[in-house]
Amino acid sequence: MKIFTLIYFLIVGVVTTFIFQEKTKEDSFIDGQEIYHDFCVQCHLTSGKGVSGVFPPLKASDYLMKNIENSIAGIKYGLRGKIKVNDEIYDGVMVNQGLENEEIADVMNYILNEWGNSFEKQITTQQVIEIKKTILK
Amino acid sequence: MKIFSPLSIVLFFTLHIGCAQDNPPFIETPTEIDYTYEIIVDGIDIPWGMVFITEKDFLVTEKSGIIYRVVDGKKTALTGVPKIYLRGQGGLLDIALHPNFTSNSIVYITLAANVEGDGKGGNTALYSAKLNANKLEDVKLLYKAAPNTKKGQHWGSRIVFDNQGHVYFSVGDRGNRDLNPQDINRDGGKIYRLNLDGSIPKENPFVGKDNSKKAIYSYGHRNPQGMVIHPKTGKIWEHEHGPQGGDEINIIQKGVNFGWPTITYGINYSGTPITDKTVMPNMAQPYYYWIPSIGPSGMAFSTSGVYKKWIDDLFVGSLKFEYLERLVIENDKVVKREKVLDKIGRVREVIESPEGYLYIGVEGKGILKIIPN
Repeated sequence: MKIFTLIYFLIVGVVTTFIFQEKTKEDSFIDGQEIYHDFCVQCHLTSGKGVSGVFPPLKASDYLMKNIENSIAGIKYGLRGKIKVNDEIYDGVMVNQGLENEEIADVMNYILNEWGNSFEKQITTQQVIEIKKTILK
Repeated sequence: MKIFSPLSIVLFFTLHIGCAQDNPPFIETPTEIDYTYEIIVDGIDIPWGMVFITEKDFLVTEKSGIIYRVVDGKKTALTGVPKIYLRGQGGLLDIALHPNFTSNSIVYITLAANVEGDGKGGNTALYSAKLNANKLEDVKLLYKAAPNTKKGQHWGSRIVFDNQGHVYFSVGDRGNRDLNPQDINRDGGKIYRLNLDGSIPKENPFVGKDNSKKAIYSYGHRNPQGMVIHPKTGKIWEHEHGPQGGDEINIIQKGVNFGWPTITYGINYSGTPITDKTVMPNMAQPYYYWIPSIGPSGMAFSTSGVYKKWIDDLFVGSLKFEYLERLVIENDKVVKREKVLDKIGRVREVIESPEGYLYIGVEGKGILKIIPN
């Protein structure tokens, strides 16, 4: 009986972990790279450098690295109005691309860790779910 | 080998530069500008498609899923608009009036759709509906490209009509160039032709052919976001986004293969080649191709004489360089290209009004009217 109970909880545990576990940061990065090349690359470019004055850079971008939640909200709901990135003012519109929460987490993990960018923590789907439009004011 | 190495390096760069060379005629900036513009309606992020009911009454689609009716510069959102699948470049796309709109009030709409029973993702759909004041009623799905995909790219889409009771619309390759554009048994990368009620015309090119989508009129397209009927010849003029380099103007013909991606003048965004072929038998050459790419969207001829120097010229919006491009055509060739309203913003749509004015849809700005001095 003890063995049965042990096996039972072991199986439940494994299945639960398998279903609910966030993918690894590495896997999220790889999936994010694909999302980036489908939805973001046209403006922010393969290099992540954007176009000065028109499309803000993601590579070595102080705005991105210091405003993680706003950046998530920008992807989730769209971003408009003035933002300052590396001492340059951008006053454009990034429209909502219709990405799912998991895809937003993936693309965040990609842009936060590509082109020499580095961000230790992993952005999770749950984190994206919790981001409200109101933080964009 | 030592002798050949420097030579091959020179040869390599010569070829490399050769590939990237701009295609003439080169874009010009006019020295004398005898027109100005007026913003007719603002507050529309992406004015994707547009059509006039009368000079002071027109419909505009906003990509995020709204159709505005603009009367005397005041906009009202229509109700009854079919649900869109917002994804990447997809959303609410073009809008057009039935040739007998004045008697039947029917409009046609293309949009990115995920309809009931579909798999995940979306694809381009053509709808018809009746416009009753500010309501869409009697909404009918006439065609839905399949299968769905979560890819964000290349939905098309523009709508035009001929005088023989047909509606034509375009669907881009949906980000799957290896499978879609060259296979007439798959949707995507095609121009379609239907009867005005949505049925398949008996004389369509692939009717009676096994393993084919009968609605297809032409194929081998990448992402057509401009279509217009030539005011004199009645032929369908189309343009499409190429990859890097290789945006094209084509004159659409029944059953013709326009070559994508087997032949193209463009290369991948990463700089790597797609194919070394620009010509193949049984594949049509473009009427004109743009190198560098301008990111063309919207297409109109100026026929009216409102702009005296522009009669019969072709106008195409440039998303990339943010101007309206004027193309002068002589002896069946593009002989001159000129910037109109340079740096105005991403020009998504251009259309000639009933009184002959050119109206443009500019992203982030709204609808602008070009006024001669």
